Amino acid sequence: MYAFDFVRPSSVADAVAALGQEDAQALGGGQTLIPALKQRLASPSTLVSLAGIAEIRGVCLDDDGRVCIGGGTPHAVVAAEAAKHYPALAAMANRIGDPAVRNRGTIGGSLANNDPSACYPAAVLASNATILTNAREIAADDYFQGMFTTALDEGEIITEVRFPVPQAANYQKFVQPASRFALTGVFVARFADGVRVAVTGAAEDGVFRWAEAEAALSDSFAAEAVKGLEVAADGMISDLHGTPEYRANLVRVLTARAVAAAG
Amino acid sequence: MTKVAMSVNGRAVSGEVEGRTLLVQFLREGLGLTGTHVGCDTAQCGACVVHVDGKALKACNVFALDFEGAEVTTIEGMAAPDGTLSPIQQAFQDHHGLQCGFCTPGMVMSAAALLAENPKPTEAEVREYLEGNLCRCTGYHNIVKAILAASGQEMAVAAE
Repeated sequence: MYAFDFVRPSSVADAVAALGQEDAQALGGGQTLIPALKQRLASPSTLVSLAGIAEIRGVCLDDDGRVCIGGGTPHAVVAAEAAKHYPALAAMANRIGDPAVRNRGTIGGSLANNDPSACYPAAVLASNATILTNAREIAADDYFQGMFTTALDEGEIITEVRFPVPQAANYQKFVQPASRFALTGVFVARFADGVRVAVTGAAEDGVFRWAEAEAALSDSFAAEAVKGLEVAADGMISDLHGTPEYRANLVRVLTARAVAAAG
Repeated sequence: MTKVAMSVNGRAVSGEVEGRTLLVQFLREGLGLTGTHVGCDTAQCGACVVHVDGKALKACNVFALDFEGAEVTTIEGMAAPDGTLSPIQQAFQDHHGLQCGFCTPGMVMSAAALLAENPKPTEAEVREYLEGNLCRCTGYHNIVKAILAASGQEMAVAAE
């Protein structure tokens, strides 16, 4: 790891100011960034830890019934505190990494990184959540812009994520057992005005919505509704864990399982 | 170098660290508490698990400066001052829950975190909670047995 200055502001305003320095980088829980620093894949001059900012931690409900999660909230806190409001979201959070990682890794860090195999992007996109930053609100459909790429500007911090609560939802994760990331994961959310299906771990461009399944499930919310659909292998990730065809098949299988589990 | 102060095993400690100093480096090299092990250094193996403010964390994957004022417990803080082992440590000894012992500090700390959250876990819950703790001697059966015994449960464990 290269050397850097470490600062630990206690407010969003101070963090934004610190991130204005040249080559400054925000540190959420660090469960992805710190291994990257060790491999010298990142070399910030200043690391701005967000761990000391109390105002961006916690889970609550807003007046519209949305589950509001502070950007600095660890996965374990989401798993515990969102369970009674949005069980599918809590269950997703409870299967990220392992218990020690869940105590440290944060929702904001996961979304800012936008790993193509991370779980949170699927939940955010399927739930039609809104991402709040220190500067603006970003709709989930506008936020994810490809592998490790988001709508965030340099130095912008995710302060909160607001999740509308669906009538029924489920996340199916086919675990890559060594990394505990999703080899493929599918989050299905059924709202009064339609069904949203978001897929992570499968595509080279990162999380995406499966439009054909959304249309079929909006007509008939049953596992059989997706059985006849084809998923193209073009653009799917190819690695030693699975071929593009394998992942394309997983997308359909996991979507059907998620629908069956959501009930 | 920046000064950091925290409580480790109930004792107020402080030291000068760099921004990039990991918590595990501060514990081992700064304080001489070498019971917390560095196995993989990539946050996968769990040999470095300690408790910070009651929660299990991988000490190789966090920076010391993020824990100003925190209460840290390491494996050295588990036994009583007279050397009497904690019930979990005693159960690991009684059930031969280790072979080479390298992963054991992390296993014990994860087990303690589990039993604090869930005092009577099922065998499946124990195995799931240990997902982030690797034993390369593959001694999991006796580790699981030891943790169930420490929870006060007599239980047959699959695949003796």
